[in-house]
Amino acid sequence: MSESLVVPTMAEMLAEGKQPEVLFWVGCAGSFDDRAKKITKAFVRILNRTNVSFAVLGTEESCTGDPAKRAGNEFLFQMQAMMNIEVLNAYEAKKIVTACPHCFNTLKNEYPELGGNYEVIHHTEFLKSLIDDGRLTVEGGQFKGKKITFHDPCYLGRANKVYEAPRDLIEKLDVELVEMKRSKANGLCCGAGGAQMFKDAEPGNKEVNVLRTEDALEVKPDIIAAGCPFCNTMLTDGIKHAHKEGEVKVMDVAELIANAQDL
Amino acid sequence: MSYLDNILFAILLVIGFGFFAASVKKIIRNINLGVDVDRKDNPKARWKNMALIALGQSKMVRRPVAGILHIFVYVGFIIINIELLEIIIDGLFGTHRIFAPYLGVVYDVLIASFEILAILVIVAVTVFWIRRNVVRLKRFINSDLNGFPKSDANYILYFETVLMILFLLMNASDYHLQNVPGGVFHKAGSFPISQFIAPIFNGISNESVVLLFEVFWWLHIAGILVFMNYLYFSKHLHILLAFPNTYFANLQPEGQFDNLESVTKEVKLMMDPNADPFAAAPPADENAAPAKFGASDVHDLNWVQLLNAYTCTECGRCTSSCPANQTGKKLSPRKIMMDTRDRLTEVGKNIDANKGVFVPDNKSLLNDYITPEELWACTSCNACVEECPVNISPLSIIMDMRRYLVMEQSAAPMSLNAMMTNIENNGAPWQYSQQDRLNWKNEN
Repeated sequence: MSESLVVPTMAEMLAEGKQPEVLFWVGCAGSFDDRAKKITKAFVRILNRTNVSFAVLGTEESCTGDPAKRAGNEFLFQMQAMMNIEVLNAYEAKKIVTACPHCFNTLKNEYPELGGNYEVIHHTEFLKSLIDDGRLTVEGGQFKGKKITFHDPCYLGRANKVYEAPRDLIEKLDVELVEMKRSKANGLCCGAGGAQMFKDAEPGNKEVNVLRTEDALEVKPDIIAAGCPFCNTMLTDGIKHAHKEGEVKVMDVAELIANAQDL
Repeated sequence: MSYLDNILFAILLVIGFGFFAASVKKIIRNINLGVDVDRKDNPKARWKNMALIALGQSKMVRRPVAGILHIFVYVGFIIINIELLEIIIDGLFGTHRIFAPYLGVVYDVLIASFEILAILVIVAVTVFWIRRNVVRLKRFINSDLNGFPKSDANYILYFETVLMILFLLMNASDYHLQNVPGGVFHKAGSFPISQFIAPIFNGISNESVVLLFEVFWWLHIAGILVFMNYLYFSKHLHILLAFPNTYFANLQPEGQFDNLESVTKEVKLMMDPNADPFAAAPPADENAAPAKFGASDVHDLNWVQLLNAYTCTECGRCTSSCPANQTGKKLSPRKIMMDTRDRLTEVGKNIDANKGVFVPDNKSLLNDYITPEELWACTSCNACVEECPVNISPLSIIMDMRRYLVMEQSAAPMSLNAMMTNIENNGAPWQYSQQDRLNWKNEN
């Protein structure tokens, strides 16, 4: 736990004449949000432990433009996209991994047309590939026998049809993976997407995150696993709303893997 | 039989199909009011979608009760059209069951299967009616459907029931006349259902039963023609448009929203170090419409979005899966589609009334039909898109209208403006400096 993180930047790599295996796109939440930073660090601990050669853009990274685009501001989105593409192309980035499904979707689907062509994968897919390649071995550790349910982030699941990688990872932990009544393609949104994270909800009779948390609590989990920093925030708030913070935790899949290995 | 019947029938057919052709023409014209979008790529994937989703009903059965019952009605509709072909030939040439001698046993099988399908259709339609009017499923009593849409749904069910009953009565009287001593009609077909209805004709003179048969026959075919022409005014157009709609539907991942080309040009110019900021604007193309970002009315939407609006049969699966709607917000993806169609119909009528030109009516899809409050409630989660049994995308319309609100009217909610200002100034939706992006590395 105490060993310090090794986080090279693309600039440092370039100075040494090296190209990392993968560029880790941290994202705004992963960089600034206190809860999401823990996910970032958990993921980096796994990368460090498995000796994956990676680098971040650091201060050269900027918002992908996703919230601007979903809010309707195509100008701002394309400005952000083109600036990021210039940086990424200058470093000749080939493969990008990110722990944020919104960054993932935007980089993967909306950047190519603007000149940014990369292989983009979600961190759960990347971790899965590390296991498949024998570079990472996972045991249940502290989670053995716990009941875990996975909440599908819209921009990972429905938007890009990645349903299995996070589930495969959770199952490696010798836990009981239970599905909510609405999952995968039928999964209910946490309420944060489409720039909702940054505004108050319209008048209604309930908050979306409260409704989704109810779905999760119905299956009586010990842990609600998420794969998106925004879902994580929404569900954590939902748990607080239900006064269940003592009983149920919301954790990112990367945190589950890292903690299980006592990283 | 004189030729009068045949001539009357021919006139009926011409009128029925004539009106229908005029409606189809109007629909095509209205759809073409939309902006062009290329959906001709990858025909293989498009045919496959059409075969699986429209023909194969693959997305319908995700809700098994409605899905399976719908398949009865759908197969009934398709198969009974074969019978319609015979009815039209019989009507035009004064023959009776003309296919029978050529098809032999196959004919018996066909007629028998039509009868079984007819009864299945009646069962399915009855269950549908109960779901709407007795069980009152939430998506069928939602306020989107107040007024005509609710009646429209019931009219369709009544229509289908009456048509099937007429079909069975026609066959029953036919069966009766085939089996009376001496046999008024020649033996043709097998009647597993209507033979049980036939006894109602016992004790009625042969002449009267022949007359009844004629009445059923005429009402059935006339009813079909009326129903066909009712489609234009109803939500029931999906029986035709589901096919092109699934063919032209978006093939990209659901999360991929289109990048506005007009914006790309401007942004590239802005970022071009060689661009001369003092250069005169390039001469404007006189014929070019002034560029407008996003959509405030149906003209600004693309033709696939307008086709979507005509295709929507208001089943409400989208709305019932919408997180905003489930939590009491005003947004209903079904209403987005219904509003788009209503506005498009209004614009079409305006064009008809003004000799082919649209005269501005001081109304628009935005505000007069769809309010910003509805648009801002969307989480862009794609549940509505995923749910739609015929691949309609209410989300793409919502996004285009948000673009108009933000880029043309600067009318985003305050908090979103703050978020966008932050992205512009410091590259993150919150007020953190870009220089602090890597600070997490050294924090505990």
